[in-house]
Amino acid sequence: MSSLRRFLAFILTFPVLVAFAFLTGCGGGSSSASNNTIVSSGNNVASISVNSGPTGNYANGGFVSITVCVPGTSSCQTVDDVLVDTGSSGLRILSSFSPGLPQQEASGDPVFECFPFESGYTWGPVQTADVEIAGEKASSVPVQLVGTNTAVPDGCLDFGLPSSNTLDSLGANGIFGVGLFAQDCGEYCVQVQTGNPNLYYQCASSPCQAIGESLAQQVPNPVTLFATDNNGVIIELPGVSGGEPSLSGSLVFGIGTQSNNALGAATVYTADSSGSFTTTYSGTPYSGSFIDSGSNGYFFPSTTIAECSDSSDAPGFYCPSTTENLSASNQGVNGSSGTVNFSVADASTLFDSNDYVFNDLGGPASGYFDWGLPFFYGRNVFTGIQSDSYPNGYWAY
Amino acid sequence: MSKRRAGPIQSGLLILGAALAVAANAVPARAALGGDVTSVQADQLHVQGSLRTTVTSSYTVHQIQAATGTVVREYVSSSGKSAGKVFGIAWQGPWPPDIRQLLGSYFEQYVQAANVQGATRVGRRPLVIEQPGLVVQIGGHPRAFAGRAYVPEMLPTGVRTEDVQ
Repeated sequence: MSSLRRFLAFILTFPVLVAFAFLTGCGGGSSSASNNTIVSSGNNVASISVNSGPTGNYANGGFVSITVCVPGTSSCQTVDDVLVDTGSSGLRILSSFSPGLPQQEASGDPVFECFPFESGYTWGPVQTADVEIAGEKASSVPVQLVGTNTAVPDGCLDFGLPSSNTLDSLGANGIFGVGLFAQDCGEYCVQVQTGNPNLYYQCASSPCQAIGESLAQQVPNPVTLFATDNNGVIIELPGVSGGEPSLSGSLVFGIGTQSNNALGAATVYTADSSGSFTTTYSGTPYSGSFIDSGSNGYFFPSTTIAECSDSSDAPGFYCPSTTENLSASNQGVNGSSGTVNFSVADASTLFDSNDYVFNDLGGPASGYFDWGLPFFYGRNVFTGIQSDSYPNGYWAY
Repeated sequence: MSKRRAGPIQSGLLILGAALAVAANAVPARAALGGDVTSVQADQLHVQGSLRTTVTSSYTVHQIQAATGTVVREYVSSSGKSAGKVFGIAWQGPWPPDIRQLLGSYFEQYVQAANVQGATRVGRRPLVIEQPGLVVQIGGHPRAFAGRAYVPEMLPTGVRTEDVQ
């Protein structure tokens, strides 16, 4: 922890230049973050906290506590600071938190997984746990334990992604993937791929060998295995003006299953088979766009907004000289559409403050619009898991 | 800062990348980015994909589509000092493709830069590597990844970086 504090001190050695734009509550017939009602009680409600996380330097990370148990026993471990991620499916926790979970096997050999996120891959064994959060429980859930002495196979390294297998590189004690899909991978992983890299492996001896993994064996979205409240989640966070040190809200399980999780007047935007919809920004439609609580900013292409320099403390983010007030429109596969107003400020200035919650953090992306956690501030966002009615799931807000 | 750098896994990756870069130099046909047009055929065979070619005034786009839905576009210059060479690659698919194969001799340079970025900043966001001799962007989410890579000095005259996508 002390070395992380020193890292934090390093990034705070620049002058504090707070220049937050005041965001007025203007809507103009479009979706604007303001005055959402946040449910705080119920057996389906978990507290979510946006703060600097277990490494003390995470910007816009929403964390929950989750308990994993050896199936059918009271041998449990509560894991704090697990990142809530609507952009993926499946529970992944650092292996140091394992209460000694049973190993999933294929042909008698342990099953491992290499799971790619855009910022890095997680590598480790697939084990089985009872998963508990708030008053919800899912039994015998395949989960990924992250971090292992077993060598990473070449096929995993072929993804070309950095390692996210330690607390420092993950920035969280785990990832709680509560996204659109029932399984983490889907059809791609059922058969062994030739040419393109694989996700699932069996590790009898080194090196591990790629395997096909049936949908039933894949790491699932744990929400789908709750007895009730199993069709989706709502993230409810208050609005933010500029920056704040931390923020509290709720992760609500189920949509329309209890009196506290009705869809209400929210507009449903359905996703395509890859879990994306279309966002039109600056006249260009981007069909691979998505809403993702696990991304820590608005990430989108721009030819006009200045990127932070590599020598700044915010490489890979936008650093406009004055805060940009922007808008974009979302369109679901079902045809519903709406405009969203948002702002992007100088990330380097933001990071020079003592804040970790920013409603105006953004950065470049190529060919898509990623609505990260700032989109959730002041707006209840529903993530509907795939079903007969919604084969690829949906977002609603 | 140094404490946030490579652990054993990352060091292994770098050594592996270096070994592959040597291999790629010995067998140019396996290198896609910076390689000649025959490397496109190697990539097509590698993923067992179908090939479609589009010709513009300054470059040819070879689009390889695998049965899994992964699409790779390789941009081959038609003129100038990089004529006949792959100057850019763009891809999209449910999961990232074999970046080692597609970047060829540039893989080691990319991995070093990506690991520095991965180790120095916490928080999930796209990978953006911008160096004088190599630009790589990787982003998206599980089941929908996209990325591109190009060598700025190899871009044919009049071609914009946005054309590689």
